[in-house]
Amino acid sequence: MLAGEQGRARRWALRHQIEVGEFFDARDFVPVAQAHVMADTESLGEEGVRWLEGLAALTPEECRVRVPTITDPRGVDFDTYKRLGQTDAMADIEARAIRAFEALGVLMTNTCINYQTVLPPVRGEHLAMGDTGVVVYSNSVMGARSNFEGGPSALAAGLTGRTPRYGFHLDTHRAGTRHFHIGRAPRGLADWGALGGIVGRATNSYWEVPVIGGIERAPNSDELKHFGAALASFGSVALFHMPGVTPEAPTRDAAFQGRPIPAATMIGEAEFEEFYTSYAAKGDRVDVVVFGAPQLSLLEIEKLAGLLDGREVHSATTLVVTTSPEVKFAADRMGLTRRIEQAGGIVAAGICFYQSYAREMAEANGWQRLVTNSAKLVNIIAGYGYKPTLAATEQCVDCAVSGRIV
Amino acid sequence: MPIVLKCHKGIGPTVTGVALVADDNFSARYDLDRINGTFSRPAHKLYGERYVDRILVLVTAKGGVASAWMLREIAARGMAPKAIIFDRANTILAQGAAFAGMALVDRFEAGDPTRLIRNGDELRIEPANGLVAILNRE
Repeated sequence: MLAGEQGRARRWALRHQIEVGEFFDARDFVPVAQAHVMADTESLGEEGVRWLEGLAALTPEECRVRVPTITDPRGVDFDTYKRLGQTDAMADIEARAIRAFEALGVLMTNTCINYQTVLPPVRGEHLAMGDTGVVVYSNSVMGARSNFEGGPSALAAGLTGRTPRYGFHLDTHRAGTRHFHIGRAPRGLADWGALGGIVGRATNSYWEVPVIGGIERAPNSDELKHFGAALASFGSVALFHMPGVTPEAPTRDAAFQGRPIPAATMIGEAEFEEFYTSYAAKGDRVDVVVFGAPQLSLLEIEKLAGLLDGREVHSATTLVVTTSPEVKFAADRMGLTRRIEQAGGIVAAGICFYQSYAREMAEANGWQRLVTNSAKLVNIIAGYGYKPTLAATEQCVDCAVSGRIV
Repeated sequence: MPIVLKCHKGIGPTVTGVALVADDNFSARYDLDRINGTFSRPAHKLYGERYVDRILVLVTAKGGVASAWMLREIAARGMAPKAIIFDRANTILAQGAAFAGMALVDRFEAGDPTRLIRNGDELRIEPANGLVAILNRE
């Protein structure tokens, strides 16, 4: 492969993987079962799209991926981009990127909830996952093994069928290193995200593994999704353990792999309140309410449709829901999309808001104050010029209807 | 004799440049206005600072995977930092530096580089040898 006998794409991929592997002292490679590529066009830019087109111009033997390779959310949903204030130029570059990926044999799943909708990872399975939320969920909730693989590295793994064996592929990096105890049960998705944000801020390193005790009941997949996504976003964390809940932590001792257990940091009402207060803006006008980051499951969409039934989004406020193409198809079929759009909402498929030219959308629509139930989104979106507020799902809907933060 | 700091073998070419230092973390997507070349997240300690052609010296990488593409994209437009020095890199920034051909080093023998290197220091980074020289100090 390195000599180029299997083509230029695979030679580039292996060279890239060796450079990264040496940086992290990897001793060898490990075969991967799937790769997941984060490659929205805002991140790629013209340079990245041209680079992909260069790969795609090679012969199929040279450039097609060797293991199932799927995609994270895209920059544009062709059905809704005009309503979101995105431009034809954005749609054009998106179409070019899709053509290139298809030539490489990549499946355009366009989702950051592939563990709920495509093929859930299995304990011990080695993967090359992009999207930090996908990695932390795959590692922690499913017990699979992946590092954060950025777009080029995930694509390299798709082309070679392997990845350097470092970080969370190794047992030694999977032991708990930090200890937290929850004294106040989270009460909804925003709370689970807030908890992820609190633990993430305190952990603040890719190489630390927080262990979270005091969980009173097994959280569901959407709750763990919001927790993990916020944990990864605030703290760059790729693995957590919840004793009694997650597979590598049947007990607290197992979570720490038998090593000494550090004293626990307590998280109670005061920590939650402080977290919400840092994003509070009661009474402010609301420009946009976003449900996404991560994309919504079918059950989240069903709940939202119920909250919006018989109500109308304020004329000065935009309500955006982002989900995967598969969930959108199901929501269309079950009449959920119609119910949300009847209330004035927009249901977009295959995007996740912050990966969709958020700055340009804000400028085009005059958006500044954003309300969401996603702790991950409030962390990211301020860098794009928004003023974000975190609120419970029900409160987000009330804000959308009244046009003010309630 | 300049001060020489030893670190782990890094990624990318030998470069010289001026340090921009903060006791804070880094994500190209979260923290940067990549069009204007400034730090744009209000909570970041380098908020408002121009980063183009500087050597960023920060604690660690955080957040999303987008930086893996973005370093090459901003380099292609001449809007990239010259190099990045971390106390501890995460995988994304290492992968992004490799993809962009940008110098990146971390894991210093003497500890956290944000405490060893001062804002405005003139640096030479030799990733292949695991060395950073502070040229303006002895």
